[in-house]
Amino acid sequence: MKIIIVGCGKVGTSLAERLSVEDHDLVMVDLSAKKVEEASNRFDALGIVGNGASFNIQQEAGVENADLFIAVTGEDELNLLCCLMAKKSGKCQTIARVRNPLYSQEIRFIQEQLGISMIINPELTAAREILKLLKFPSAIKIDTFAKGRVELLRFRLKKEMGLGGRSIMENMNRLKTDVLICAVERDTEIAIPNGSFVLQDGDILSIVGSLQSTAQFFEKIGVRTKHVKNSLIIGGGTIAHYLALDLLKIGFRVRIIEQKKERCDYLNEILPGADIINGDASDQNLLIEEGLTYADSMVALTGIDEENIFLSLFAKRHSNAKLIAKVNKIAFNDVIDSFDIDSLIYPKYLTADYILQYVRARQNSIGSNVETLYKILDGRAEALEFSIKEESSVTGVPLMDLNIRDNLLICCINRNGTILTPRGQNKIRVGDTVIVVTTHRGLRDIRDILKN
Amino acid sequence: MNYSMIFYIIGWILNVEAVLMIPSVVVAALYKEKSGVAFAAVIVFSAAAGLLLVRKQPKNKVFYAREGCVTVALCWIIMSIVGALPFVLSGTIPGIIDALFETVSGFTTTGASILPEVESLPHCILFWRSFTHWIGGMGVLVFLLCLLPLTGGGYHMNLMKAESPGPSVSKLVPKVQSTAKILYGLYILLSLVELVLLLAGRMPLFDALCTMFGTAGTGGFGIKNDSIAGYSVYLQSVITIFMILFGVNFNVYFLLSMKRPKEAFQCEEARWYLGIIAASTLIITVFIRGMFPSFAMAFHHAAFQVGSIITTTGFATVDFDLWPSIPKMILVMLMFIGACAGSTGGGIKVSRALLMFRSVTRELSLTLHPKMVRRIKFEGRVVEHEVLRTLHAFIAAYILIFAASTLLIGLDEFALVTNFTAVAATLNNIGPGLELVGPTQNFGLFSDFSKLVLIFDMLAGRLEIFPLLLLFNRETWRKF
Repeated sequence: MKIIIVGCGKVGTSLAERLSVEDHDLVMVDLSAKKVEEASNRFDALGIVGNGASFNIQQEAGVENADLFIAVTGEDELNLLCCLMAKKSGKCQTIARVRNPLYSQEIRFIQEQLGISMIINPELTAAREILKLLKFPSAIKIDTFAKGRVELLRFRLKKEMGLGGRSIMENMNRLKTDVLICAVERDTEIAIPNGSFVLQDGDILSIVGSLQSTAQFFEKIGVRTKHVKNSLIIGGGTIAHYLALDLLKIGFRVRIIEQKKERCDYLNEILPGADIINGDASDQNLLIEEGLTYADSMVALTGIDEENIFLSLFAKRHSNAKLIAKVNKIAFNDVIDSFDIDSLIYPKYLTADYILQYVRARQNSIGSNVETLYKILDGRAEALEFSIKEESSVTGVPLMDLNIRDNLLICCINRNGTILTPRGQNKIRVGDTVIVVTTHRGLRDIRDILKN
Repeated sequence: MNYSMIFYIIGWILNVEAVLMIPSVVVAALYKEKSGVAFAAVIVFSAAAGLLLVRKQPKNKVFYAREGCVTVALCWIIMSIVGALPFVLSGTIPGIIDALFETVSGFTTTGASILPEVESLPHCILFWRSFTHWIGGMGVLVFLLCLLPLTGGGYHMNLMKAESPGPSVSKLVPKVQSTAKILYGLYILLSLVELVLLLAGRMPLFDALCTMFGTAGTGGFGIKNDSIAGYSVYLQSVITIFMILFGVNFNVYFLLSMKRPKEAFQCEEARWYLGIIAASTLIITVFIRGMFPSFAMAFHHAAFQVGSIITTTGFATVDFDLWPSIPKMILVMLMFIGACAGSTGGGIKVSRALLMFRSVTRELSLTLHPKMVRRIKFEGRVVEHEVLRTLHAFIAAYILIFAASTLLIGLDEFALVTNFTAVAATLNNIGPGLELVGPTQNFGLFSDFSKLVLIFDMLAGRLEIFPLLLLFNRETWRKF
């Protein structure tokens, strides 16, 4: 596909990084010559210096035969204008980043009336992601497939769960559960395990299953899926704003600690149900006084990564809260991982992921039949959802008779809304959607799961 | 909420109360009264419960404003309940609500009584009644602060803030514990001076002690049916002077004792306080001149009544309910103004009244000149916005409680003046009101429900409303 990206900021570059790997033709547009130069060198893209909303610049970038136009500059209005212009001067799909909460309430109208294919709001995406985690606090990360019927959960194996030291087969027979362990991370290694794989405490497992079966699984291994009913949010930025709105809607008690007085006043105005505390969260006394010890969850969303991490570490010592920390820079991530903070949120990556999913879906509607695609385990593996539209070499054959690639696992078959955990004798039928986890890249069709 | 710390402090309060009841047993022994047994029983019970609670120091000493307020409010309630037991057990006041009313009235230094006559009561009961004034005057928790063997955790300041009257707490010396010791030292010293002067006027020792307790705590329980009216003019004058002295901010005495008289005399609040007393006394003297044989006697009684009401003591030498309208109205106004912050008196406090007045004048100038910058000053310093905010909220809460209480006790079908002054007299910790609750009457006529409302008012008045209201706030008891 030919893709034009306007804006070479954080999101623009991380998007380009992912897209260039997948062999798309990229054109990067930005006002800053230095940024364009840097980006075009790094990602093997064509760089154009100029205002992306200008007709001439768009012509130069080749908007006429582009498939996708993505505007991710720092300004909402500029992004929207870019997309409007691109829509008129070419026939491409358009994606705009709009982050102002004011517009986000009118997102549907903007999207429909201006004919923009997708509007992405990084803060809103991050808030939704945090919300998912708070609803299911045992998990580090949650992705959903099959319109939310299937979950992919990532969690750390602890000693008290009693799974370590046994093979997967043994464990599954003992627990009689329907979930499937689809990936195991140990140190920096990642494995797509088969039944004889022996688990160890400290491994990070990814499991796939229906909503009920994952809940049952956690119950059986003794993780009380405690309900999070309140949240202490540190830092009253835009993510906190969206998050608090959603949390209040589902009946959470929300307390936000924010340093700036004016911001506090504003938050209090728009979030009447939340307690807004004006203070410095690096003051331990304040955190304890505001009930950190008894909080069900703490979400650190200040602008400084280091502070978020330290706050989470402090909270880990003083409470049993589910901890979520926002990290903007990805540097040192293996060090951060070793701290064992429950969940980390990378807003920049979420945005890129989100756009990437759309790109893949677009591409699939042209060439392949991938319904959803997640980069999981920090992008080291993919979970793909295929829809089976026609008979082929994989359909109608029991799975054990298929010659499936190594490092690939069929996790789930969704047959008219019923979730099947595949066994050797199951067959794939037309009309199913199938979820596959693999470390291979670039699977386009269900037939790609077979060895050549 | 740090419950272990709260229970620990409550335990200490029970112990202290047990110790404070010992003098009553001594009195009973001296007069050979059977009621002493009731005290002994309560002492054993209270000390046993207390010792059980203070067996070991809590590890977690985290203590915030929330814990401070809850502890103070709970302590006062528990202290009152335990303090009421001797009345019930000895059979002097058989009704539990009545006994509680009497004790709360004592500890909050109100001085409102449900007893129609007191002279027939045993001495030890009279002594305990008056002694509760003396304990409640400076505050029990402040007393406890002198003793508690705990350091760190920030509980000192949060307890002191919750119990001390006035819009803001000022420490005299860097340590709260030392501040508490100095305050109690001054309190005991002043009390002793009064006791000596009363004895010099040939007052019997028992009467002198009880009267001193009532004056020092600005309480007002008398041990005679006619309050102070039966004593000589000399004794009445001593009491007048000491009532007024105990209504002065104790910071002034501290400065005097540090030999810093210049600063002491600059205390704005004390000067206004004395000014109000002087002006009211003069006006009242003029109006009641005809009721007394000489101008001097009129002045004497006016001064006594003004001193008694403004300091919220509630002693009486004459039945001021019989006075003309203007003197009565002035007394009712004084009920609301009250004594100085940082004294043993109750009411809204002179400093709050001053700040309120200045808020109003500032609002007027801001209406005329909307862009004007004008900050309110008090004691030579700019008053921070937060202090004013708390003040306004306090006044609002005060008015709401006042209105609600008047409405609730209205169920008893008494006239407006009775209801209004009954609430005013309890919420401001004074004692007597007008008409049916006037100086020669008592609160025994109200129903139990009304008494409970008035008990709440007395506690709210003494603890300056918010600590008590916090107990009834769901948010206080939530963990998060």
